[in-house]
Amino acid sequence: MGYTPEMKELIKRVEATRPARVERARRGENFPALSLEERAVVLEKFHPDYQKEGRRAVRVGRDKGLVLPDEIATMLESRSMLRPDKVDLTKIDFDTDVLIVGAGGGGSSAALLASNSGLKVIMATKLRHGDANTMMAEGGIQAATQECDSPFYHYLDTIGGGHFTNQPDLVAALAHDAPLSIAWLESLGMIFNKLPDGRLDARHFGGSSRKRMNSSGDMTGAEIMRVLRDEVRNRRDRITVLEFCPAVELLLDETGKCAGAILYNMETREFFIARAKAVVIATGGNGRLHIKGFATTNHYGATMDGVVMCYRAGVGTTCLPSTQYHPTGVAYPEQNVGLLITEKVRGLGAHVLNNEGEQFCFPLEPRDVESAELIKEAVEVQKAVLTPTGRYGLWLDSPMIDLLHGEGTVRRELPAKFIQFARHGIDISKEPMLVYPTLHYQNGGIAINADCETVIPGLYSAGECTGGVHGENRLMGNSLQDVITFGRRAGVSAAAYVKKGVELKKLTLDHVAGYEKELAEAGIDNPMVAPILLPDYATDEVASRRMAEAIQEAE
Amino acid sequence: MSKQECSCATPRQVATGDRAILPEGARTIPIYVMGKRYEVPETLTIMKAMEFAGFKFLRGAGCRGGICGACPTVYRKEGDYKLYFGLACQTVVEPNMYLAQIPFYPANRAQYEIDTIKPAAESIHALYPELFRCVACNNCTKACPMGVEVLDYISAIKQGDIARAARLSFDCIQCGMCASRCMGELPQYHIAQLTRRIYGKYIQPRAEHLEKRVAEIESGKYDATLKDLQSMDKEKLEKLYKEREREPDMAPLGTWMPKDTQYL
Repeated sequence: MGYTPEMKELIKRVEATRPARVERARRGENFPALSLEERAVVLEKFHPDYQKEGRRAVRVGRDKGLVLPDEIATMLESRSMLRPDKVDLTKIDFDTDVLIVGAGGGGSSAALLASNSGLKVIMATKLRHGDANTMMAEGGIQAATQECDSPFYHYLDTIGGGHFTNQPDLVAALAHDAPLSIAWLESLGMIFNKLPDGRLDARHFGGSSRKRMNSSGDMTGAEIMRVLRDEVRNRRDRITVLEFCPAVELLLDETGKCAGAILYNMETREFFIARAKAVVIATGGNGRLHIKGFATTNHYGATMDGVVMCYRAGVGTTCLPSTQYHPTGVAYPEQNVGLLITEKVRGLGAHVLNNEGEQFCFPLEPRDVESAELIKEAVEVQKAVLTPTGRYGLWLDSPMIDLLHGEGTVRRELPAKFIQFARHGIDISKEPMLVYPTLHYQNGGIAINADCETVIPGLYSAGECTGGVHGENRLMGNSLQDVITFGRRAGVSAAAYVKKGVELKKLTLDHVAGYEKELAEAGIDNPMVAPILLPDYATDEVASRRMAEAIQEAE
Repeated sequence: MSKQECSCATPRQVATGDRAILPEGARTIPIYVMGKRYEVPETLTIMKAMEFAGFKFLRGAGCRGGICGACPTVYRKEGDYKLYFGLACQTVVEPNMYLAQIPFYPANRAQYEIDTIKPAAESIHALYPELFRCVACNNCTKACPMGVEVLDYISAIKQGDIARAARLSFDCIQCGMCASRCMGELPQYHIAQLTRRIYGKYIQPRAEHLEKRVAEIESGKYDATLKDLQSMDKEKLEKLYKEREREPDMAPLGTWMPKDTQYL
C-alpha cells in the first residue's frame, strides 16, 4: 500500500532539502540543541507532564490535592458500577486462598509462586490469560549476571535513570532478585539469546553502565508470557483462570482486611462474589486512557483498573503524576500507529522534519524535550503532516542513514523496523517515516513496599500498576524485570500471609459507600463509572446514533 | 476520553488515541463484516475499520501490535476463490473483502510436569499421539498469519529434531489458525510450546555465570551493599552514579573487568 499520492508529493519536499542536510551532517553540523532555559520553556508549554493545562488536583481520597493529568484525576474521582447497598455479600460464589487480579507477567508469576505453597489460587482477568503489556515488550529484561556487573550497578543505573526519585527499597529488591528471576525463567524452559557456551548474550541500553539487557529474539516479553501461561495451565489443579471476568470492586471484611473482590463476567453480565484470604492486584498500566489524546504502545486492556479499585479502598499512590512518552511512535501506516521507533534511528543520524522538509529541532534531545518539540511543531507551528486517518505526523528522514553510513546500513542496523514497514509497502531506506510522540508507560501507581504489601492487610500489588520502582523515568528492560521480581514477591508474600492463618469476618463494601459520600461532599455531582475495563473507540457519529438520551433498555 | 486541545488559530479535526476519523477529502471503501456491508476509510486496519463502523471488541482484540494472537481473521475477496488469513490489527482493509474474526478455536492441550518430563521427542509423541495423523497437506502453514513454517516444525518433531522445531516455531503467537485448518486435527501450537520449553530447559546450554550469581545472591553477598545504598543520600548516590565505569561496547562478553572491583 505505501504512502498515498498526496503524501508522496510531500516527501518530494523532504528529498529536496536532503542533499544540503546530508552535506551539513557530513561536516558535523546539526540543528542547534536547546539551552537549559529553552528546554524548560518548551517542556513547560508542550510536554504533557509539565503542562499546567490538562492537569488538576484530585479532590478526594488518600492523595487528595495531588496534581494529576485530568484523565487520571477523573478516573480516581469515579464511582462504582455497583450500588454498594444493593449487593448481597452473603452468597459466596468463589472461595479461595489467593485471588489474583490480572493475568499478565506479574499476575502469572504471583499465581505460580503462591501455588508453590499448595494454596488454592484464582486468577481473574478481563481479556485472555496473557493479554497484557508484558506480551508486547520487545527489547529485553535486565539482570546483573555478568562477572563485571552486580546488583550494586543495577541499583545505581536504575535510580540514576529515575532522577533519584525512585523508592529505594523497591530498587534494592529489583536489583537483588533480577538474576533469580532469570534463573527461574530458564528453569521453566524459557529460550534466551545465548552464546554457544550458554552465556546470556547481554547488551547495553540507554543509561546502562554494563551490558545487562537479556533477551529472547525481539519478542522477549512474548516468550516470557508464553512460558508462564503454559506453566499456569499445567497447574490447573491449583490455579483456576477466569478469563473475560475482571474484578470491578475490592471486598474488605469488617475488621478492614482485604477479603476478595467482586468479579464481572463481561460476556454474560453476571457478578460473582469471590472471597479470598489474600488479593494480589496486577492489572498493568494506563496507556488506553490516552492522556491528552495521545496514541499508545499499550495493550487494549491498559485502563488503570487496579489503581482505581485500590484508591477507592484507601490505598495511596507513588509517582502517579509521571507518564513516560516516547518521542517517536509510528504515525503512519495505521496498523503500526503508536508503536515504537527506536532512538537508534536518530542515533544513526536521521533528521526530524516538518511538512516543508525543514529541520526544527536537534534530533537527540532527552526524550521528554524531543517529545515536546514535536508536539509544538504540530500543534502550535501547524507544520505537521496530516495522515489519511487524521493523525499528526512529522518526518523522520531514515534514508539519510544509508547516505551517511553507506548503502545497506538501514537494513543491517534496523532489521525489524525495515521488515515492519516493508510489509506495508514502505522502504525506510528510501522513504522517510512519519512519527509522533506516543504514551508508553505508567511510571507511578499503587504504593507498595518491597514485600508488595499495601496499607490494607491482605492486599498486595505488583507490576506496572504499582509505583516507585522506576521513579519518574523508567529504564529499558526494567519493566519486564519489575513484573517478574514483584510478581514473584507478591505470590510469596500473599502465600505466607495466608499460611499464618487468616480469619475473614463479615464481607463489606462500606469503603465504596464511604468513598461515594466523600465524592458528594466534594461536590463531584456526576462522577464517571470506573473501572472502565475497555476503551470505546466508536466515532462521534456512531455514538450519536446510539441515542443514549433517548433509549430505554428493554428488560 | 478528552479531545486533544488545539491552541492554534484554525483548529482542524485530528484523530485522538486509537479512534479513527474520516478527514475531509478522504475516501471510503465497502467491506463486509460477517456478510454485512460497512463503508470505512481506506488505509485502516480491519480492527480499526470495525471500530470505526461501531463495533466494540471484547474478544478479538489484544495487543493491537501483532504479537498476542487475539485477532486472527479469515477473509475472501470478490471474484477470488482463495481463503486469506491475517491479524485484524495488522491487515489493511481492501474494497469488497468478506471477513470474519476467529478469536478462539478449541484445541486440546496435554498436561505435563516440566521438571520430570524426559527431554526427548518420545515424550512429545506420547503426549500428542495425533502428531502422526498429519498428512502433510500444508494447510497449517498457509493459515499462519506470522509466516511460521508450521508443517516443517511438525515434521521436525516427528523426526525427533527438537532444536529445529523450537527454532522454526519461535515466532508462533498461538492464535490457533493452524489448528482450525488441520486435516489431522492437531493442536500444533500447543505441541510447539511443549517442544520449545523442553528445548529451553534441557537442550539449550545453561548459563553458568548466572548459576554462580544466583549462589552469591542467595549467600547474602550483596545484602549489606544494597542496604547501604538504600540509606545513602542523593549527593553520594549522584557521585557514585557519575563515577560509574562503562563496559566498552566492543568488549566480548565476560572479558572486561572494571578498575574498581569492590562492589562486584
